[in-house]
Amino acid sequence: MSDEKKLAIIATKGSLDWAYPPFILASTASALGYETQIFFTFYGLALLKKDLNLQVTSLGNPAMPMPMPVPVIMQAIPGMQYMMTSMMKKKMKSKGVASVEELRDLCLEAEVKMVACQMTVDLFEFDTKDFIDGIEYGGAATFFDFAGESDVCLYV
Amino acid sequence: MADFDQELDASGLNCPLPILRAKKALNGMESGQILRIIATDPGSVKDFEAFAKQTGNNLIESGEENGKYTFLLKKK
Repeated sequence: MSDEKKLAIIATKGSLDWAYPPFILASTASALGYETQIFFTFYGLALLKKDLNLQVTSLGNPAMPMPMPVPVIMQAIPGMQYMMTSMMKKKMKSKGVASVEELRDLCLEAEVKMVACQMTVDLFEFDTKDFIDGIEYGGAATFFDFAGESDVCLYV
Repeated sequence: MADFDQELDASGLNCPLPILRAKKALNGMESGQILRIIATDPGSVKDFEAFAKQTGNNLIESGEENGKYTFLLKKK
């Protein structure tokens, strides 16, 4: 165990697109033999919900590829985010990109340790019943307990 | 073509699924056995090299034919 490499990730974002980096890297690292831990804080906690309802938006993200140019003001109209999210999911499926649920399951299967930030849970008054089983709750010191001995440490 | 013990068709799957599926298949195999993997993800060529290098499983063969990539991995 002790000669295993270690990867520590902090996941801070809760949108559909940004859900991918932590889960892709964690599952792959596990396949490569890393002991891996993800610390979820602030909006990253959305990635631990039993029912994932992750969305994607082009607002504030001028680099998002669009099928056609859409003026920013139009991107803000009701229903746009829903439409973009469903388009993104369809595209991912057609390209053989795993769903976030699937990647998360693969991480859990590979015994990636997931820690939810207790402070954020309290701050947003989240109900821990809404989160998946098998996760731990902790704070910054808990993160450093593992991260301090990690070989790779990422903030996503 | 070399013999193999098990085959994994990862066609149509994108990063990191071919690697994850391969790892899973290897978990169920014995040391010295050979896993043949078929993939369509062009990124898998470099990824399987990297996977082999980091895990110690031997990448015996890596080839491409009609847009399909095939790999032979010998379990450590």
